[in-house]
Amino acid sequence: MFLINCPFCGERDQNEFSSGGEAHIVRPKQPTELSDDQWAEFLFMRKNIKGVQFERWNHSHGCRKWFNVVRDTSNDKIHSVYKMGEKPPVK
Amino acid sequence: MSDLRVHKTKYINETKRVSFKYDGKNYFGYEGDTLASALLANGVHLIGRSFKYHRPRGIMSCGSEEPNAICQISAKNDLTEPNVRATELEIYDGLEAFSQNCWPNVKFDIGGINNLISPLIPAGFYYKTFMWPKSFWKKVYEPLIRMSAGLGKSPTEPDPDIYDHKYVHYDVLVIGGGLSGIISAKIAAKSNLKTLLVDDKKTLGGSTIYQSNDSFKIDDQHSSKWLEKEINEISKIENLTVKTRTSIAAYHGYNYLLARENLTDHLSIKDKKDKIRQRLWKIRAKKVIVATGAIERPLVFNNNDRPGILLSNSINKYLDYYGVTCGKNIVLFTNNDSAYETAISLYKKGIKNLIVDLRKNSQSEIAKQAQNLGIKIYFNHVVTNTFGYRRINSVELMELSDDGNTTIGNKIKLNCDCLGISGGWTPTVHMHTQSGGKLDFKNDDQVFIPKEIDNDQISVGACNGDFDLETIIDKTVNKINIFLEINNQDYKNTKVDCSIEKEKRNIWLLPNKIPLGKTKCFIDFQNDSTAKDIKLALKEGFRSIEHVKRYTTTGMATDQGKLSNMHALGIIADTAGVKMGTLGTTTFRPPFTPLTFGTIVGRNVGKFFEVVRKTSIHDWHVDNKAKFENVGQWKRPWYYPKNGETKHDAVQRESKAARDSAGILDASTLGKIDIQGTDASEFLNRVYTNAWSKLSIGKCRYGLMLNEDGMVYDDGVTTRLAENHYLMTTTTGGAANVLGKLEDYLQTEWPELDVYLTSVTDHYSTASVCGPNSKKIINKIFPELDLSDENFPHMSFKNTKLDNINCRVMRISFTGELSYEINIESKYGKSLWEKCISAGQEFNITPYGTETMHLLRAEKGFIIVGQDTDGTMTPSDLQMDWIVSKKKYDFIGKRSLYRSDTIREDRKQLVGLLTDDPKEILEEGAQIVLDTNTKPIDMLGHVTSSYFSPNLNKSIALAVVRSGKNMKGQKLTIPMENKNINVTVSDTIFLDKENKRLNA
Repeated sequence: MFLINCPFCGERDQNEFSSGGEAHIVRPKQPTELSDDQWAEFLFMRKNIKGVQFERWNHSHGCRKWFNVVRDTSNDKIHSVYKMGEKPPVK
Repeated sequence: MSDLRVHKTKYINETKRVSFKYDGKNYFGYEGDTLASALLANGVHLIGRSFKYHRPRGIMSCGSEEPNAICQISAKNDLTEPNVRATELEIYDGLEAFSQNCWPNVKFDIGGINNLISPLIPAGFYYKTFMWPKSFWKKVYEPLIRMSAGLGKSPTEPDPDIYDHKYVHYDVLVIGGGLSGIISAKIAAKSNLKTLLVDDKKTLGGSTIYQSNDSFKIDDQHSSKWLEKEINEISKIENLTVKTRTSIAAYHGYNYLLARENLTDHLSIKDKKDKIRQRLWKIRAKKVIVATGAIERPLVFNNNDRPGILLSNSINKYLDYYGVTCGKNIVLFTNNDSAYETAISLYKKGIKNLIVDLRKNSQSEIAKQAQNLGIKIYFNHVVTNTFGYRRINSVELMELSDDGNTTIGNKIKLNCDCLGISGGWTPTVHMHTQSGGKLDFKNDDQVFIPKEIDNDQISVGACNGDFDLETIIDKTVNKINIFLEINNQDYKNTKVDCSIEKEKRNIWLLPNKIPLGKTKCFIDFQNDSTAKDIKLALKEGFRSIEHVKRYTTTGMATDQGKLSNMHALGIIADTAGVKMGTLGTTTFRPPFTPLTFGTIVGRNVGKFFEVVRKTSIHDWHVDNKAKFENVGQWKRPWYYPKNGETKHDAVQRESKAARDSAGILDASTLGKIDIQGTDASEFLNRVYTNAWSKLSIGKCRYGLMLNEDGMVYDDGVTTRLAENHYLMTTTTGGAANVLGKLEDYLQTEWPELDVYLTSVTDHYSTASVCGPNSKKIINKIFPELDLSDENFPHMSFKNTKLDNINCRVMRISFTGELSYEINIESKYGKSLWEKCISAGQEFNITPYGTETMHLLRAEKGFIIVGQDTDGTMTPSDLQMDWIVSKKKYDFIGKRSLYRSDTIREDRKQLVGLLTDDPKEILEEGAQIVLDTNTKPIDMLGHVTSSYFSPNLNKSIALAVVRSGKNMKGQKLTIPMENKNINVTVSDTIFLDKENKRLNA
């Protein structure tokens, strides 16, 4: 059970948050112009990395804000936390 | 005082007698006794029967590692608890304990026959034997195995005790209140760090607190005296909290730990009453110091399990801490120096004893002390067998060969009533490994010790493989200073004089002249696995320690192999010819000792198990005898039976009344989201399938919301209250998820939109009045309101007031009838409802529940998301293509509506079904087929909604059927258990296709 440093509220217990999967998958601006394969790539394909992963988290039992987390899935170590729209830190 | 209570100690209060029952017989002990020490003082060694062979077993240890002395506490159906360790349970007045795993009783146990037939039940016996014939499993084998398996009995009634949870944060947590734990806690707390020290025992001090031997002195005092002073000192430190009777159950990542505090288990039945029994501590610590000590190992030889065989240091603790001797003629069998302390302690209390030592000699100070006292020592000897059925009465020794592989010379038989065994010490590394730490193998002592770990934790003392006083104090002080980045000088001048062990000799499986197959050399005492079983597993090809463990069940009992794991590993390594460190260990999983379910759930039982949501009108429903249905967390009226009506009768009456005159429904539970902002219309355009920009102020519109995969997610009516202000309604169950999903899109995909969402579900109560007389009723309540179809048409809303309280009235309909929904601030909900009821009295206004609501909407073919859909239905599958805008460039899920899979013609599609016999009501969920003759039968779909319609006087149903859209008129079959039901595919709208009733 890890601690997440919500960029709006500060450090809180993991059970206040919900995970939203891989980060930085942008919804295509013109979905109608995509082939089935391209749309499926956006819709279904998610990485599941053992190691450092960029993830979306929501402080669902708190401020309800979404933000990004860089987490090492092998040891749950959180390397950084940043707001939506901010540039991801370089590895 | 019994003659086994040989010595007064400060931990036993002899002025307070405590009486208790064991197996129905009355005994007494003193305040401070555990069940084990009290039984030993009464000369009781035989405590239970072993799991597989039903061999008599006795108390073996004095702590949480105890494999044998586990009992059933209390005979009451609600309070009884199995597998309680007698070595940890403090006695109290009224305690009733029972032996487990024996029938008819512990002294004569029928299951003991398993011991005689043991050659027939080797490792993997169940796997090998109960394989065939296959048909025997269910009727013969399983019931038989179930009857004989299991430890103890579960309670059959709810637990009446109170449990609690507590969250705490500390700078430093110290686990274990022995020598190194106390030093660590003192240094931490004195450095101004908020510190918590926990220990599972009743008193602090670990095994040093009863160490009174001239060979172990700190600052020229016995180590126990010195430690007592330290304990006294730390009790005065302000920012140090000490929790005894508290054991860490689990050590998770980020220094999050769970601890179980025992609050009343030691109190008399009278004093326990109405108090919290156990508390689960949820601890976050910036730094964790693990000082969990070590567990003494047994030795593995033939018949090493008889009652009267104890760990040597436990004999010492029973003597010096509890004042009880475990026997009057004791043999100590050891491979290390610690048994010499026991021997000297026994000698000083006048108890006859001698030592059998594997080693060729021992040059340490303590060994010399024992020799000088005249204690007989058999060096280079090994115990090869023991005798005595219900209690050991003699042992057999032989000399060891030089290489330790065999025995030589003549057998020596010695009488005794107790045998102490010591195979060295195993560091308690459970906490370290639970947190993700790895282990190193230390060859000198044949132990696994923690590898350094960088997550703000450290192991000190015996759990780190440091065993002598001097090293423990030196290294603990040094490591803690570095770990906490401080410079504490308190122990700079501490002077330690202690005996240092010089000779070591470890043999995992002791040699014997008898072939291994004919011996019983126990490794896991609770699960009855022996050295023979381990060797058999290896012979049969098992290599991985995890596989051997599961095949032989070694280490899988309630003690989780605290005593057995090392020997299992050692024997595997020796047999396979590999080095021990390379084998790895099995995984140590939480909890360290078993937790009660009560502790885990805490206060969240009964009515606190889950939140219950009630509408402001709830009391009225209760007063009017409503039956309730759970919808998510909400309690919704299901139907209102009158004069003993059945559910069917009540629903038929309610449904008829709603269409013939007037009905009223509490619709407060529907999700309500207030949407504001200059981009609110654009936002709705993007989240619903239909267009919203042109909806004028004061108008309502039905919307369908999809997931990005094109499947229907939710639906509801949204009203435009003002230019930039909408009120969205969602399904009752979907409210929170819809809000979450909308927030997700707003914050992450469309941050440029100026839109604000607020959940207002609980802020407004809603009464929905429907039926041909509803207009007259609404007119009575709101006489000023112009209800004409021109000024207040279907799908529009008006602001109005009820006794000066603002109301919103929407003319919307989920029943197909002329219908008004009145929203009012929740606190006025009940009064609004009552006004509707009294205004409607002359029209026989009939309150109806969710069941009637479902029936009425089904007559109209309206879907319920989650009942007629299941996350695989597109709008087209629901025959709702009309609601999907062709003009809009994009909305959530649009692109998915023409993926190759979603445009398939043979998807399951929503249809109506009419039974050939109009009285026959289909079962929801029933499978639909074309015919039952071709096998395997092809399943076409299933029934999603089914009712008997009193307004049509026939049975109606909605169903999803493969290619159903084009099947109108098609005959289908619904095979049931006893018959086949014939149905015909129909339109989904059964009543008033022309929507005449909306404007009736």
